Amino acid sequence: MTTTPPSGVRTTRPTRREPGARTWIPTDGLLLDVEDLHVEFRTRDGLARAINGVSFELRQDETLAILGESGSGKSVTAQAIMGILDTPPAFVTAGAVRYCGTDLIGLDEKVMRSVRGDEIAMIFQDALSSLNPVFSVGWQIAEMFRVHRGMNRRDAEAEAIRLMERVRIPGARERVHNYPHQFSGGMRQRIMIAMAIALDPKVLIADEPTTALDVTVQAQIMDLLKELQADSHMGLILITHDLGVVADVADRIGVMYAGRLVEKADVFDLYADPAHPYTLGLLESIPRLDQQGERLNAIGGLPPNLTRIPAGCPFHPRCRFATDICRAGDPPPLLEVAPGRRVACHHYDQLLGQHLLETERER
Amino acid sequence: MTDRQDIAAAQAERDRRSAFAPAAPEAVVEDAAVPLFTPDPDQGPARSLWSDAWLEMRRRPLFWFSAGLIVLVVLMAIVPQLFTFLSPQPDPNYADLSKARIAPGPGAWFGFDGQGYDVYSRTIYGARSSILVGLGATLVTTMIGGVIGIFAGYFGGWWDTILSRVGDVFFAIPLLLGGILALYTFPNKLDTPYLVMVGKVVLALGILGWPSIARLMRSSVLQVKPHDFVQAARALGAGPGRIVRSHILPNAVAPVIAVSTINLGVYIATEATLSFLGIGLQPPAISWGVAISDASGIGLVRSTPHMLLFPSLFLSITVLAFIMLGEVVRDALDPKLR
Repeated sequence: MTTTPPSGVRTTRPTRREPGARTWIPTDGLLLDVEDLHVEFRTRDGLARAINGVSFELRQDETLAILGESGSGKSVTAQAIMGILDTPPAFVTAGAVRYCGTDLIGLDEKVMRSVRGDEIAMIFQDALSSLNPVFSVGWQIAEMFRVHRGMNRRDAEAEAIRLMERVRIPGARERVHNYPHQFSGGMRQRIMIAMAIALDPKVLIADEPTTALDVTVQAQIMDLLKELQADSHMGLILITHDLGVVADVADRIGVMYAGRLVEKADVFDLYADPAHPYTLGLLESIPRLDQQGERLNAIGGLPPNLTRIPAGCPFHPRCRFATDICRAGDPPPLLEVAPGRRVACHHYDQLLGQHLLETERER
Repeated sequence: MTDRQDIAAAQAERDRRSAFAPAAPEAVVEDAAVPLFTPDPDQGPARSLWSDAWLEMRRRPLFWFSAGLIVLVVLMAIVPQLFTFLSPQPDPNYADLSKARIAPGPGAWFGFDGQGYDVYSRTIYGARSSILVGLGATLVTTMIGGVIGIFAGYFGGWWDTILSRVGDVFFAIPLLLGGILALYTFPNKLDTPYLVMVGKVVLALGILGWPSIARLMRSSVLQVKPHDFVQAARALGAGPGRIVRSHILPNAVAPVIAVSTINLGVYIATEATLSFLGIGLQPPAISWGVAISDASGIGLVRSTPHMLLFPSLFLSITVLAFIMLGEVVRDALDPKLR
């Protein structure tokens, strides 16, 4: 269950790979190792530092959630891993994205293309615009098999139907020739997921997969992702701004702010006992039933403009714990403050172990 | 140059453009609801942009009218004999000077021209030149313009700058003036074969006509490029060739097809103009432009109006048919106009 031979993951199917493709075998289950990643956008308005040193690891069977506001660099991180940033204006200026031990940054585009889809796949927020409107969904799913596996039309379509059934699209056989706009939002996201898992990737990056969906459908999609992950032992990176979505799916959470990870923790620890003021603010801003009639605790202010990130801790203008040490110098480093817990804050000791959320609830 | 949006802070937040083409969310099956597929009785099981357009066009009488006319003219171009075998003088190259300028009557449905040729058979045979030049020039402009537009739009940067400036240079030369210049520089001789003459006109029009198509293609590609499905295709391992072929092109080609159809009529008219000026096609080639040119000598317009009327009428109707078809196609491909 936990340690699967890489060949066992792939189901029986013709495996003609593109020439130049290589086999990728994770060592000790470590799939992805992102280290000190820096991405900047060189624009007319100046240099926007979108990612400033992000590091994380992803193992088989693991779900890592990356949490953050709009513009915190979540999606850019995902695009940098996939190597699909538009250059210019985006440039990876430092760092490494190691997949099965090989740095993907600067890798030959041909090799990279065989990694995308085959090894690392991605699904997007808005499934309607992620599907080509002029081709039927079956054709689009089947394209993955025709192009990457060299299957003929009929086999590819059979595979497409099989996949549509696997992602629980009712009446897959009848609907295989339908067009994206004839499906509901949740069904479209399922089709997108079917395309992404078509080639049995070892890593699936889901960039806000449920943001465009309503709440009941969100839960279904998350369940589906969880189930697919359990079947195939892939590593899942879940990018979201929705703390509710993360809670029962993720194993670990990384909280991003202004292009930095400010806190990394196991999901239970983070919810029970946030160590960074930003995480605390996010958790406090979730409406709760026991707070009816009270004013919601929102985080004041706005995330910083990435062309003008403030000196010191980038969160200090919005932070109620901020002191002089936070306002100058380098941003606080991401330090291990307890086993499995990393936080980038000078004042984590005022938060960690204080159970601030609990005390407030009792008050 | 690069029509990218500002990317600074807003980049991370994917801007959610409205869906591309769907007219209405028909046949939507809700996730939580009954998992049975119910085909929409009105719409049939599946519709793409093109089948949508076809359904839309099918309902318009203007489409059937213009398409009918075009089929007729194309038939004339391919098998003119089909239209002339009942005529009193089926051979367009038989001249009888003794019958010169005789008005329409039982001996000749459209009368005789200045050389004693039968105006009817010459008008029917003239369709071939117009259709050849029209289709040829449209093909050339669409190919050149399409490829250049895709390059400029998809790859952007230097490609875009250079190709767009080159396009601007050609765009600045008026079509007719450029055509006159080109054909004066490389004039036809009496023994120049028919197809070479046609080829010259096609080439002149093609070289001058591509920038408008290239511009259209470029802007259309730029519109499609930021869509998530292009990014998604990249994320799932598609190369640039595949992305252009199966994601950009099918979504960007509709306006180009519509405008090309309209342009076809314009090229036919330009060919007639060039032939009228005596530099396009030249006798012994038969063409409406040549016929109009012959008919507009001093005094002839008043003394023998039939010589002018019939070729002009055919020319106008053909051009009109293509332009009308272009409009119908454009309307049908644009969901917002429905």
